[in-house]
Amino acid sequence: MSAGFEAIMTKDDASRSELTPAAIRLSGVSKHFGPVKANRSIDLTVQPGSVHGLLGENGAGKSTLMKILFGMIRPDAGRIQIAGEEVMLRSSADALAHGIGMVQQHFSLIGKLTVAENLILGRGSKGFAARWLRPLDLEAASRRAVDLSERLGFGIDPSARCETLSVGARQKVEILKALWGGATTLVLDEPTAALSPPDAEELYALLQNLQRDGTTIVLISHKMPEIMRLCDRVTVLRDGAVAGEAEIPRAFADAEQRQALEARLVRLMIGRNKPEVPSRSHHIWPTVLSVRKLSDGDRFGPVDLDVHGGEILAVVGVEGNGQSQFVDLLIGLTKAKQGGIALDDCDITGMTTLQRFQCGIAHIPEDRHRLAVADAMSVIDNASIGFIDGAPFAPTPFWLSRKRRGRFATGIVKRQRVRASSVEAPVASLSGGNQQKLVVGRELSRAPRLMIAAQPTRGLDIGSTAAVHEALIGLRDAGGGVLLLSLDLNEVFTIADRIVVFRQGRIVGETTTANADIDQIGRWMSGVDQESKP
Amino acid sequence: MSHLLTISLVISALHLALPILMPMLGGLISERSGVMNIGLEGMMLIGAFSAVLVTYFTGSPWLGLVGALCSGVLSGSALALMTVTLRGDQVVASAAINLIGAGLTAALIPVIWDIDGLTPSVAKIPSIHVPFLEDLPAVGRIFRSLSLVDYICFALVFLVWWVLFRTDAGLRIRACGESAESADVAGIAVVRTRFFAVVSSGVFGALGGAYLSIVTLDMFQASMTQGRGFLALAAMVFGKWRVWPGALACIAFGFADAIALRAQILWRGIPHELLIALPYVLALFALATFVGRASGPAGVGKPFTRA
Repeated sequence: MSAGFEAIMTKDDASRSELTPAAIRLSGVSKHFGPVKANRSIDLTVQPGSVHGLLGENGAGKSTLMKILFGMIRPDAGRIQIAGEEVMLRSSADALAHGIGMVQQHFSLIGKLTVAENLILGRGSKGFAARWLRPLDLEAASRRAVDLSERLGFGIDPSARCETLSVGARQKVEILKALWGGATTLVLDEPTAALSPPDAEELYALLQNLQRDGTTIVLISHKMPEIMRLCDRVTVLRDGAVAGEAEIPRAFADAEQRQALEARLVRLMIGRNKPEVPSRSHHIWPTVLSVRKLSDGDRFGPVDLDVHGGEILAVVGVEGNGQSQFVDLLIGLTKAKQGGIALDDCDITGMTTLQRFQCGIAHIPEDRHRLAVADAMSVIDNASIGFIDGAPFAPTPFWLSRKRRGRFATGIVKRQRVRASSVEAPVASLSGGNQQKLVVGRELSRAPRLMIAAQPTRGLDIGSTAAVHEALIGLRDAGGGVLLLSLDLNEVFTIADRIVVFRQGRIVGETTTANADIDQIGRWMSGVDQESKP
Repeated sequence: MSHLLTISLVISALHLALPILMPMLGGLISERSGVMNIGLEGMMLIGAFSAVLVTYFTGSPWLGLVGALCSGVLSGSALALMTVTLRGDQVVASAAINLIGAGLTAALIPVIWDIDGLTPSVAKIPSIHVPFLEDLPAVGRIFRSLSLVDYICFALVFLVWWVLFRTDAGLRIRACGESAESADVAGIAVVRTRFFAVVSSGVFGALGGAYLSIVTLDMFQASMTQGRGFLALAAMVFGKWRVWPGALACIAFGFADAIALRAQILWRGIPHELLIALPYVLALFALATFVGRASGPAGVGKPFTRA
């Protein structure tokens, strides 16, 4: 046994259970939604006092499994044991009663209520008089909230309304709430998805304090560094089934050993090796997009910029430095005050958004839910949004053929490998990664000359990210231009050919990726290096 | 003007405010739990009718009041069944209650009494004598005009405020109204809570109706509520879904109504329809101007179902 590194591929570890009862033991848990098997006969054993990771891609069934454990979804089959006792969980209240606390991926706090009110919500009072007549003891709750938060190493104002709190603070209140009823096992579903890096650091420290207090933690995540750092043991899910398990040693003998384990987990998670870094572009074609002295008369510009055919140009910068204004100007959501935009030498400055799309611009919006999909509409409807005429499924401008639309949507779903129960299913039933793949597929099917991709992989898992990258590279290799707006420098270095840096609505630096110096880019972004303005 | 602002104006304002105040409380409880109830008008009519019906056959207005409350449980349960249990559209379902309430009560008058439009007179709830209070100078007249039902109504305002905003039960109800999903995750029985809230809104609506038919008057007349169920909703919005400001709005409506009635006698030149419309005009004006953007509980109108 080299430095405690022991990987166990079998699902059965009955030998362990003889000593102390597992905090949680799931056996043979299955659940399907229509034809989609979200969980297929899952076995999971969580040792008391450990941090157990549940690793998997979007849509691998992690959240479904945890909702079953929290009584929110009833499994079709399988047994649940908590601390050695077989239980039937009919509702969240049952799970709470068995000492399981859950921090949902989406916040469950009620914004209009105060922290203290949120904490005592649904707890405590038994009997008619206590519930209906006796005043709530918010002071006692506040005192307890302050005590508990201090023990875990952070501060909280119990009388603040939750809607006024920062995201990081709300996440901590969520944890307090989960622990409030004396939970001994805490389940966290993608707890850092909405957190900034410093907030995430604070959360990690908090979780380590919790573990020291003896709380068992189940951490659901698709972020490898977080799993490697916090977990004692990890179970990998893929396509609704357990793909494998591994111990994570507290200390690694060397970096190589760590990398080997990471690579193995990634392989288990996505079913293949980590995607290769794609090759750079070799053929640069004439200019596709040409922007001259473009300004919105407010906080953006003037900017000059060219995107060539066969090139991915990345715009980087700290969030809020003109990136979204730039996109709005390019697609015509805001009017340019000065300057011009040309697509393939044709002036599009005065055109409407629709005309620009017809000229060959496609757009993957930054905010998927607000701008890219209509959640309640089906995959078919979302696939065919925005094609006014000339679409393959519109024989005339006044008629959309349902059959052809179905075929069109199915084509996108197949090409982009979108996991959906059916093309009739509402888009809301797809995982975030699959929604994004659908959007990318739809935009690609416009056969664009220029693709504007605004943070196209934010929040996506490894597999979906790779699929989006492949799609953008495919367009580039076919001679199209790609304008990539990203906050993720890793992504930029992976796929971009050239990089420009935005600060305060202007270009402050430019470099090819091959010659890029990450420190220089950092200086440009933060404005430390004032001399570097071109 | 001195004829307008007298003690008797205060008395009539009070009696006109209570049949708006009770359904306002009902609407408040229902919406705070997340169910929009625009069916209060219908619930009031059914309550007013039941009160007269039971009083007519038993001779006791107190039994009539109990009958009205029972009708409120029924109409509230019907709405709760449609909107909470079966997750139907809340606007459509409560509009149906209004149509049924108006149609059924008007249709039953000739069936039961063999006359159209209004019922014969029945016994009404008597005012009670409270020693000391009724002997006070000036305001004594107000107390002499009050019945036990009036005192119960005042107590109910306090009780609703206390339960909704001071107790655990109220916190649970408000949580269901803000976010049913969050409430569910917190272990609250959302369906049961909302069902209860809608049934109580029926009871409050029926109480308001019975107040009109056996406290203020002594008979039932088709469509006698004259939109008070809707006025109650307006008052609830003015009060931004809070009990005391909402009650104040109801009292303001009561005064507007009382002034309209008084003005009808004093100034015969003004068309009577215009004066009758006064409280409604006031409501419209207030909604459009100083109330501003009022936003109710976030979960109102959204049926709750587990994934």
